[in-house]
Amino acid sequence: MSSTDIHLHQHTAHGHAHDEHHELPWIRKYVFSEDHKIIAKQYLFTGIFWALIGGAFSLIFRLQLGFPGANLSWLKPVLHGWIDNGGKLDPDFYLALVTMHGTIMVFFVLTAGLSGTFSNFLIPLQVGARDMASGFLNMLSYWFFFISSVIMLWSLFISTGPAAGGWTVYPPLSALPQALLGSGAGMTMWLVSMALFIVALLLGGINYITTVINLRTYGMTFTRLPLTIWAFFLTAIIGLLSFPVLFSASLLLIFDRSFGTSFFLSDIWIDGAPLAHEGGSPVLFQHLFWFLGHPEVYIVLIPALGITSEIIATNSRKPIFGYKAMIVSMLAITFLSFIVWAHHMFVTGMNPFLGSIFMILTLIIAVPSAVKAFNYITTMWRGNLIFTPAMMFSIGLVSFFISGGLTGIVLGNSAADIQLHDTYFVVAHFHLVMGSASFFGMLAGVYHWFPKMFGRMMDEKLGYVHFWCTFVGIYFVFFPLHYIGLAGFPRRYYQFTNFDAFQTFGDLNMFVSIAAIFTFAAQMLFLFNFFWSIFKGRVAPANPWRSNTLEWTTPLHPEHGNWPGEIPHVYRWPYDYSKPGAAEDFIPQHIPYSQTPSSNLPGEKDPD
Amino acid sequence: MSQSLEIGIAVVLILAILVLIFRIQALVSVMRGSYRKRAGLSNKVNAILFVVFALVGFGTFFWFSFGTEYHLPVSSSEHGIHTDFMFWLTMAILVIAFVITHIFMISFIYKYQFDENRKAYFYPENHKLEFVWTIIPAIVMVVLVYYGYRTWNDIFKMAPADRMEIEVMGQQFNWLVRYPGADGKLGSHSYKKISPDNQFGLILEDQTGWDDFAPREIHIPKGKPVLLRIRARDVLHSVYLPHFRVKMDAVPGMPTTFWFTPIQTTAEKREELGNPNFNFELACAELCGRGHFSMRYILVVDEPENYKKWVAEQKAWAEVNREYVVKTIKPEYKDKLPEIKVATPDAPTVAPADTTTPKATALNIK
Repeated sequence: MSSTDIHLHQHTAHGHAHDEHHELPWIRKYVFSEDHKIIAKQYLFTGIFWALIGGAFSLIFRLQLGFPGANLSWLKPVLHGWIDNGGKLDPDFYLALVTMHGTIMVFFVLTAGLSGTFSNFLIPLQVGARDMASGFLNMLSYWFFFISSVIMLWSLFISTGPAAGGWTVYPPLSALPQALLGSGAGMTMWLVSMALFIVALLLGGINYITTVINLRTYGMTFTRLPLTIWAFFLTAIIGLLSFPVLFSASLLLIFDRSFGTSFFLSDIWIDGAPLAHEGGSPVLFQHLFWFLGHPEVYIVLIPALGITSEIIATNSRKPIFGYKAMIVSMLAITFLSFIVWAHHMFVTGMNPFLGSIFMILTLIIAVPSAVKAFNYITTMWRGNLIFTPAMMFSIGLVSFFISGGLTGIVLGNSAADIQLHDTYFVVAHFHLVMGSASFFGMLAGVYHWFPKMFGRMMDEKLGYVHFWCTFVGIYFVFFPLHYIGLAGFPRRYYQFTNFDAFQTFGDLNMFVSIAAIFTFAAQMLFLFNFFWSIFKGRVAPANPWRSNTLEWTTPLHPEHGNWPGEIPHVYRWPYDYSKPGAAEDFIPQHIPYSQTPSSNLPGEKDPD
Repeated sequence: MSQSLEIGIAVVLILAILVLIFRIQALVSVMRGSYRKRAGLSNKVNAILFVVFALVGFGTFFWFSFGTEYHLPVSSSEHGIHTDFMFWLTMAILVIAFVITHIFMISFIYKYQFDENRKAYFYPENHKLEFVWTIIPAIVMVVLVYYGYRTWNDIFKMAPADRMEIEVMGQQFNWLVRYPGADGKLGSHSYKKISPDNQFGLILEDQTGWDDFAPREIHIPKGKPVLLRIRARDVLHSVYLPHFRVKMDAVPGMPTTFWFTPIQTTAEKREELGNPNFNFELACAELCGRGHFSMRYILVVDEPENYKKWVAEQKAWAEVNREYVVKTIKPEYKDKLPEIKVATPDAPTVAPADTTTPKATALNIK
């Protein structure tokens, strides 16, 4: 109903207000809402919830790695049987923690929490639409995600524990309950949860794409879209093309696990008996997984880059440098993200010829990434920089994007990767470039659009303390891991005491663990600031960052439908900051050229 | 109990004080009206903190990188020398890029802090500049791809004809190693034949397997190319020899290989490192379950003559497990069995002096 309502407005474009809007019952307004702004907040709160769980899990396994042999019996009240009577963490549970940390962070926090929040919130507001193309599908998207979350959460509490075969769930380990405790019911729930998650993501993605293509307001051409929208648009396309592949992989794995098929299994003797499976290939699963898995890295990262582009331009009071180059780079990354997946598989026994091909393709992707980094830095050159918390986190993102991205060049080199594959060097690399960078993009987005979401400001000073603790903390956690990786330490080891080669670096591992605890604790500052400001924050001005984009033309608390009157028209690109001749240092997108004669460049005039 | 109560009260009090500080700070900023200013003192403080962060960060980075022995010792395999060189060459380029980009960014942050009286420079694009910084990384990538491609192809080209072969099999949670014996051929196997007595799943009727032996340590001669024939019998494992820069997954149902040439004996490495207890180790690098972290196996590189001596001491697997073999093998092959001999490749047959050679220690059943 309300969606048809919206369409009516779209097509007839009457000037009158949204007055026939009748009051919805509470449950339709805040729970089963079709309003993209409410759905965005639902994604955000769920994402924060998952981030806390995922982060807490990493602390438990960091305790094990930093303080091997420490008495953890004080965790017994929470973890019960997973801590043995001697106070030691159970190795099976260690693997479950590692696996769930990865799954939760990659999928539930940085995919759903990031894309789900900001694509939902910003796409209609920034392209000038009353809502998503289908509010109903959008609502379904969140509730599929919710059910998927409930199942994943539930799997944490079953007696055999959640999935434990790594977030990549490689069979046969993940396929055989007799190989691993977590590959029993926990793995079944993982697969069901992920299948529902993919449904949620596809429903959301279809909506994002359709809305961007069809519901842009008058004058909002593709070359006038803010880079955030470009980023969300391309992210949704990547998701739409790659997640179904994970869906099929999951389906085939379910068949192998439960119905005796042999897609991924062959020649296995386990638990005293040979299995009947023959002719399958575990490597096939890896191809399917990474056909999603690598694009997934960009699904996580590109929205963060889009958010950063917007925030850096706004707070440098300067147009983003090379707007078109940024779009071309993102298009190139989108395309290339589909043809680099096997660089995760150089030493899996895959034909070495493929290895050389994927090395070439992988290193090409460094070029558009480098262009993006250069453009961010140049945007700040001769700017007039205002360090809002959002700006600080965006700068932090650029730093992580560079330091983490660069090491990708050495990992993408198949010959060098032989030694580095599955060591802590890889862990350091992706935690900086994809984990921390995207996480910073998410935090930057929250700080920047909080006034639009809740009509109040977050506390700035607390934001600065939060930034510095987190920025320094993250470098303290992940920079040392490079050295640990160069010393050859393999990933996913419960402890290193069995090997002479891995006896060094006990002190560095301890340092990393302490830094991780510190960084996690610093997030409490954010939580406090976030929830305090929702209720007690200073009331926000209409356009607190003096930004050009359309969302700041809505009322302080926009209703469902976003603009009380007509949707504003757009006359210019979103980056007219500090334009020579203009009175202010920003000219919003909805200001016609006819109102700014003193600053118009040659050829800039309104359409007749 | 009272102690935890005290801790609880302390925590509550500390939190209360923090909230109080936060409120006072917020109210002061309201009183001063500093929030109405577009950029206040915090802007300056943050810019300075970025500079401090960069200086301290780079300082620590260089101090730790050049002042500490954090990486593995020099590669003990021939190809490892090349991959290490490639790694450090790439790393040098990366560090330069890392430092330069950060210096630019941090200096812009400091230099272009907000100033009410200044306007930012409207500078939307510069095609020449963009072209240059697209082309430079592209050229660097071409160079790196070229070297990487050559090195990779060298590593994965056909193993030389004068190689020796060893089978390494991963299982939860240890390695089983098998040598082909005097005939230089590994006996065939099937996963269906695996049993507690026949861990490799050897097809006993295949005579090429009768002289295979399964030692408790891997021994290889220095300077001779070694081809590892890798397989797994339950889940994925990965053969990882960190000192030789060797890594290759062990995949059930899909045999894999990796060949390398050791260029240092264990004794030489011990001397180089000044550590008389040093050993080359084989580890698992692909998550394989609960005991993943414990799959250790020792690899010893001998001088060629010592290697020959060691081989001469090894007893064939079929010899060690003679009772089982005689019991299980098809009757028509039983007559031939006496042919099973001690493995002696090209060394003169000597009766093993050391009779305490442990009984096929690879057969440690989990």
